Amino acid sequence: MTLNMGPQHPSTHGVLRVVLELDGETVLKAKPIIGYLHTGMEKQAEYKTYTQSIPQTDRMDYLAPLSNNLAFCLAAEKLLDIEAPPRAQAVRVLMTELTRISAHCVWLGTHALDIGAMTVFFYTFREREKVLSLYDHICGARLTASYFRVGGLAMDLPKEGFLERCEKFVDEMPAHIDEYENLLTKNPIWLARTKEVAPLSARDALALGATGPTLRGSGVQWDLRKAQPYSGYESYDFDVPVGAHGDAFDRFQVRVREMRESTRIAKQAIARLREIGPGDYRVRDYKYVLPPKEEVKTSMEALIHHFKIVAHGFFPPVGEAYQAIEAPKGELGFYFVSDGTPRPWRMKVRSPSFVNLQTLSTMVEGRLVADVITAIGSLDIVLGEIDR
Amino acid sequence: MSSLTHERVEQRLREQFPGVSFERQAGPAVRDFTLYLPVDSLVEVCTFLRDDPELDFAMLSWLGGVDYLPRDPRFEVVYSLLSLSANLRLHLKVRVADEQLRVPSVVRVWPTADWHEREAFDFYGIEFTGHPELIRILLPEDWVGWPLRKDSPLGYEEVAFTHNTPDRIKPSPDLKKLAPKKVTYRAH
Repeated sequence: MTLNMGPQHPSTHGVLRVVLELDGETVLKAKPIIGYLHTGMEKQAEYKTYTQSIPQTDRMDYLAPLSNNLAFCLAAEKLLDIEAPPRAQAVRVLMTELTRISAHCVWLGTHALDIGAMTVFFYTFREREKVLSLYDHICGARLTASYFRVGGLAMDLPKEGFLERCEKFVDEMPAHIDEYENLLTKNPIWLARTKEVAPLSARDALALGATGPTLRGSGVQWDLRKAQPYSGYESYDFDVPVGAHGDAFDRFQVRVREMRESTRIAKQAIARLREIGPGDYRVRDYKYVLPPKEEVKTSMEALIHHFKIVAHGFFPPVGEAYQAIEAPKGELGFYFVSDGTPRPWRMKVRSPSFVNLQTLSTMVEGRLVADVITAIGSLDIVLGEIDR
Repeated sequence: MSSLTHERVEQRLREQFPGVSFERQAGPAVRDFTLYLPVDSLVEVCTFLRDDPELDFAMLSWLGGVDYLPRDPRFEVVYSLLSLSANLRLHLKVRVADEQLRVPSVVRVWPTADWHEREAFDFYGIEFTGHPELIRILLPEDWVGWPLRKDSPLGYEEVAFTHNTPDRIKPSPDLKKLAPKKVTYRAH
């Protein structure tokens, strides 16, 4: 029998369609069909300046907008050969780690909801809401933050109260993670639904290009924050959790432990921001970055630079660059080809969900239909990023 | 971490494949180490890069097409390889001419190439020979044209789903042939 799962199915996390060939309850073949959310972002980027494309990136992985902003800005900075000042880098680390926590909260809530544990959803969304409110505090948007810019940040952190709020959140967070774990980690139903379900061997994971928690759940120690550090991650102290068997339970444990590690990193970033104190939040290279408003009012050159950048953007050199970061879902990278004009000649997005979803058929073939739900949930996909 | 460098990779490749012309992409702002190689030796070189214990490029991070209209050869396909053991990225490129839009598929080397190659086919119409199922992936199956080519316009394509055409059997009519809508005015 052929069963069509999706594209309007609540547990496919968006408009994913999976065509299942079944023999009774056993899945013989699973074929994911994607593209329902395709909006041609790569094409549109060729018609926009680099800065204009940043809001587009929010809409790819809409659960982790700041990670997308960061990957985009780092790739453009690599092309321009500039580096954000230390304060901006610490803010980036702090915000992307909070993003990781909130993205994993959504993943955990929906994954548990799919399997039948409804309570977790309400707990995790409570914490996610706190992170969204922190986004609101820094830039006025809850979901589509667009807070990072090429060369630094869109604006400085709010003068008062923000770091204290962050600190309160990361101090409280480990206790909340304990709450989630109380509900799930030793829950016999949860164990029955996830242990030895949807297994992925390390060999298959590598061959299929899986990254992030999907790869680490299979026991491969690979985290771009450690292996190819960016934004000063080499100076933060944290561990990279890995699984052993590569089943859905291992991926669950890896992500939950990652949330704990993220609170550790965020704490260090807050301490670092206090240590640095007020300072530059953008590079002072006005060929690429808007000059501060005060200077625009007093300096002729700053006004010219302001006008040039607002009117047609910055001009990167002819060349190309690829930069990847460890997003909550895996390796998220942007590849730019520049022809020297303010618009990229080509922007290619290497989105982790797109690649990770390919492992689905390996995970579920020969297993039960109910395990497909677990497998999709444990992959942590976002269709906005897959279809772009 | 091992001390494998890009220069060492290039040296190993030149030793292993003396007949193949590798060419390093030059340019002041080419930020990643990139090697051009001829299309016909692609699979061979990729298999070697994956299987050699020193190089060990076990993962294909991504691949994608680029359209360089009006340059000739017009297209390029970029392969971004990743060696986890050596912590090294390597970009390979092949040039593809418009008349001969064929590249051998690397699905047999890295199964992850499956969807990436379908995407490049979908966007640019590059045919990957040997691919098990080369069909569109992101666009609808009946889409005509290759949207990421530079001669494909951003907008003004026919509307795919419409309710206000007189002939509902044809979902995408030629808009020029449509008669203006008849409007009757009534005096009160």
